[in-house]
Amino acid sequence: MSLSYLEFERPIAELTAKIDELSQMGSDSSMDIAEEVERLTAKRDKLIQQVYAKVTSWQVSQLARHPDRPYFLDYVPLIFDDFQELHGDRAFAEDAAIVGGVARFREQSVMLVGHQKGRDTKEKLKRNFGMPRPEGYRKALRLFRMAERFEMPVLTFIDTAGAWPGIDAEERGQSEAIARNLMELSGLKVPIICTVIGEGGSGGALAIGVGDRMYMQEFTTYSVISPEGCAAILWRDRKYAEQAAEALKPSANDLLSLKLIDGIIPEPVGGAHRNVEKAAELMADVLDKTLAELLTLPQAKLLEQRHKRLRQMGVYGES
Amino acid sequence: MNNWITRLIERPKSILKSGKSGAPDGLWVKCPGCAETLYNKELLRNTMVCPKCSHHLRVSAGERAGQLFDQDSFEACDTSLHSEDPLSFKDKKRYKDRLKDAGKKAGREEAVHNYLGDIGGHTVSATIFEFNYMGGSMGSVVGEKIVRAMERALERHCPYLLVTASGGARMQEGVLSLMQMAKTSAAANRLHKAKLPFVCLLTDPTMGGVSASVAWLGDVILAEPGALIGFAGPRVIQETVGETLPEGFQRSKFLLEKGLIDDVIDRRELRTYLRTLLTHLTHRPYRQAG
Repeated sequence: MSLSYLEFERPIAELTAKIDELSQMGSDSSMDIAEEVERLTAKRDKLIQQVYAKVTSWQVSQLARHPDRPYFLDYVPLIFDDFQELHGDRAFAEDAAIVGGVARFREQSVMLVGHQKGRDTKEKLKRNFGMPRPEGYRKALRLFRMAERFEMPVLTFIDTAGAWPGIDAEERGQSEAIARNLMELSGLKVPIICTVIGEGGSGGALAIGVGDRMYMQEFTTYSVISPEGCAAILWRDRKYAEQAAEALKPSANDLLSLKLIDGIIPEPVGGAHRNVEKAAELMADVLDKTLAELLTLPQAKLLEQRHKRLRQMGVYGES
Repeated sequence: MNNWITRLIERPKSILKSGKSGAPDGLWVKCPGCAETLYNKELLRNTMVCPKCSHHLRVSAGERAGQLFDQDSFEACDTSLHSEDPLSFKDKKRYKDRLKDAGKKAGREEAVHNYLGDIGGHTVSATIFEFNYMGGSMGSVVGEKIVRAMERALERHCPYLLVTASGGARMQEGVLSLMQMAKTSAAANRLHKAKLPFVCLLTDPTMGGVSASVAWLGDVILAEPGALIGFAGPRVIQETVGETLPEGFQRSKFLLEKGLIDDVIDRRELRTYLRTLLTHLTHRPYRQAG
């Protein structure tokens, strides 16, 4: 797979191009070229490490929506068995921007719900670029309640720029749909683990993001508004998106230091898109450990901990 | 309501221009609805509703409390909370300076005021948004105060009333603001479990993170005439879909027609309406033993 490169990855891209050129040239191959390729590859890998070790919030914002970044459905077959997708909200429509269904995870039945963006143009349109309408949230709610009835944990995977800002979505109660999910998730009587696997965009992300544990992959963001949206409002110009991204502190590290998440799931060197299998493995490990811990908690204790967790969110002074 | 009044109230262009909120300072004020020059004191007596065209002007939290509660029956609660600046946020201006300016403009009480008082003899715990304070935006203090007012309702076993007027989440507190949506919705869940009446009154404007959380979790959801209510702002939607928005889009009457709210209530009738509603919801003729 040929990768797309971001602006800050340019040195990596240039080196990779050189390596590709050399290896093609030397396929009939003298030792010298092979050695040079090897040397450059090592240099490139080191460069990736260096570049990624000090990414800024703005760069993380770009990585979180990198065109090659693995999506929910890329991970599902790598982490879960026998996934069966369940469609529709039973009231209005099927919304493909949110995918849900039952699956098996290390011998446990689980309910999976995640945003899905779409890879090529056709799929992007089908999935509305991962921006759900009210029926998407209502389908998710139907599946959450079903998970409660069948006493299976819920695993959610967050990756959306936000809820769809459209006339149709407003007419069908986008606000109500999101609000309902927040409330119902806060009291759902089964363990819920939420993981941000790309963009955590505002209320559209939170609507499947209230639970007992919250993780973020290393190069993901979770924010109250997109950097562009924030720049448009506070700077009155979208070109200040970079400054807005730094100000909003949306990276996994930022959220961890604000104590809003339980941990960061490491990604392979250079990001999940460079090695999906490895990224899946690292995520599965965390999910496995967390789930094992949550499954030992009696229901009352689980709900009490969730309540406390939500109750203490926020930073303010009192005089 | 008379048709001609409805038409005037729902005339969207004129309402869009009504940027001002709260009681105007001068003796005279121009109605944003019909451009009529009105005597300020008369307007206040009329609960800030234009006597000519029934346009509902924005009111401050303090004024709203005076309109809703029985005379001398209410007190302000949770007044000692103040915002911090956990992100050291700075756009064109520092968040700290914005807070100072907001305090000067709308008082130090932050973007919501909590009250405990009586409405037609019913004791009610209430939260009223102050739009003049940073556009009624919801940050940590707003979230905490809403939850405390809900908990007060739980302790006293009384109804909870939420009057919203907000542009949405407060960007300057980043994702902490977003989490206030989850925090307040979780508290609303406890009100529901305790079977305590929770009434929302959505006023102009109720958008974004406030709309997509507590504002829509009441047992009964009411709106003021002409109020702009929605998740995404009209400008964002316009930019996204690239087509003209339908007339009256995201206004309270539009929401009523789409089945999203229970009713649109004229501010001059509101106190009477709430008194009757609270009587209905607290009567409980089929309270079962055990």
